[in-house]
Amino acid sequence: MLTKFFIELGRRILSFMYFFGGLASLSGQTVYQALKPPYNNYRIFEQAKKAGYESLPIVSVVALFIGVIFALQFGYFMQQIGSEMYIASLVALAIVRELGPVITALIVAGRVGAANTAELGSMQVTEQIDALETLATNPIKYLVVPRFVALSLMLPLLTIYGNLIGVLGSYTICVAKLGITSSMYLHMTFSALRYKDLFTGLFKSWIFGMVIALVSCHEGFNVQGGAVGVGKATTRSVVFSFLMIIAADCFFTALFYFIFP
Amino acid sequence: MIKIQELSKSFNHNLVLNNLSLNVPSGQTCVIIGRSGCGKSVLLKHIVGLLSPDSGRVLVEDREVGRLKELELVALRSKISMVFQGGALFDSMNVIENVGFSLIEHTKMSFSEISARAKESLALVGLTGIGNLMPSELSGGMKKRVALARAICIKPEIILYDEPTTGVDPITGDSIDELIRSLHDKLKVTSIVVTHDMKSAYHIADKIAMMYKGKIILEGTPEQIQSTSDPVVHQFINGLSKGPITEADGSFK
Ligand SMILES: Nc1ncnc2c1ncn2[C@@H]1O[C@H](COP(=O)(O)OP(=O)(O)OP(=O)(O)O)[C@@H](O)[C@H]1O
Ligand SMILES: [Mg+2]
Repeated sequence: MLTKFFIELGRRILSFMYFFGGLASLSGQTVYQALKPPYNNYRIFEQAKKAGYESLPIVSVVALFIGVIFALQFGYFMQQIGSEMYIASLVALAIVRELGPVITALIVAGRVGAANTAELGSMQVTEQIDALETLATNPIKYLVVPRFVALSLMLPLLTIYGNLIGVLGSYTICVAKLGITSSMYLHMTFSALRYKDLFTGLFKSWIFGMVIALVSCHEGFNVQGGAVGVGKATTRSVVFSFLMIIAADCFFTALFYFIFP
Repeated sequence: MIKIQELSKSFNHNLVLNNLSLNVPSGQTCVIIGRSGCGKSVLLKHIVGLLSPDSGRVLVEDREVGRLKELELVALRSKISMVFQGGALFDSMNVIENVGFSLIEHTKMSFSEISARAKESLALVGLTGIGNLMPSELSGGMKKRVALARAICIKPEIILYDEPTTGVDPITGDSIDELIRSLHDKLKVTSIVVTHDMKSAYHIADKIAMMYKGKIILEGTPEQIQSTSDPVVHQFINGLSKGPITEADGSFK
């Protein structure tokens, strides 16, 4: 009974270490292949369009709602203490520092990461990745590098866009419902924000972009067992991406808290 | 020259290749036969370096495949083609892009030249006018032939065929056999063909090798194989359900 438990525990720990080992090795090879010429800009562009441009609608909708919701929630309390005008500052800080990067990353992990895993996973089970290798093409350079570069560039850009839309959502509520003037709102927003707020937010989203690309491609490459395997890997890809995004967020938020007090 | 020396490979305690040795001289066609699941595809994957052996080695032109550096492996792979059992066509690309893949990726040829080369390869496998279709729009046998066209498009010196005629009609099957023969006669291509089709095996082979329980148990010319006294090979090539193979594993009782 007890030995069984330890065997299972050992197996879990091993497979966990195996996962991180594989991820680390994929990261190393991806960076190496990304830096090594020749560069295929067309494939990066193609992936950037899928990851960035095609994510605009969902990011717009979610960011707008988040802005509206936060304005209303903060408004509920701030009206009681008569400081509605600070809603603008609070929303701006919350979105730019935290919500914008994290929510955008979660959307992209669900939308683009899942698609990456499913696509690479089906390629794996139908031997297309083996075929790439026999055609003297490195699958990491051909499949992972464009996704990695595209996501690490597009996620910060999407985040900037999401931030703007989120602030717009809050602006609409504050100006239309809570009686704050437009110029007051903008003034409170820009006086609250520092460059470091924007920088730390975008730095995190750059990290998240790389995490999503690597986790999703890693899961795709390691699919075993046909269509069922592709389904499982896609789930794992989204779950691991979420976990790693939140963990990385916690880590970097704490780090920045101490290095940029 | 392909030399396979004492190759062993197992997957999760399932010993698939057990000290297997086989030589295929340059310019010859070797047909590998054996029961489904005996490890023929696994063997081919070792020759192109997709799988690495647990022990033993594969030498292609006297260079050990498992020990090659990245660039050497790329150089080797531009000389070897493999036709996968399932075709393994890239389903995000159309037929022309699939067939011309290597040329698009590794040469500076213009797209019209590549397209012409791809069409030429497609014509050799009996396909015309399907260049713009996607793999999902093809029938099973057409996919097989496109995969074959992709393999011959780079004009390789060695081609590994994993069941090239399974799933195609008999007439097409025969024309694929003719294609393999003419690559052998005219271009001196070294080929390893895995097939279950004994008629085609006798037709194209310089040498037939029978795989059984992870080893090559008999190799010889088609005549030698046909007149063998080995009961295992005899049962297999004549397709008998009663015999030593099925007695040993207890199937079809
Ligand atoms: N990647 C793998 N992981 C685990 N087991 C594998 C793997 N590839 C092959 N095997 C096992 O190796 C054995 C041989 O498989 P292989 O595909 O080489 O058979 P085959 O001789 O090509 O059969 P067929 O004629 O049906 O194509 C099978 O038992 C299979 O389960
Ligand atoms: Mg096979």
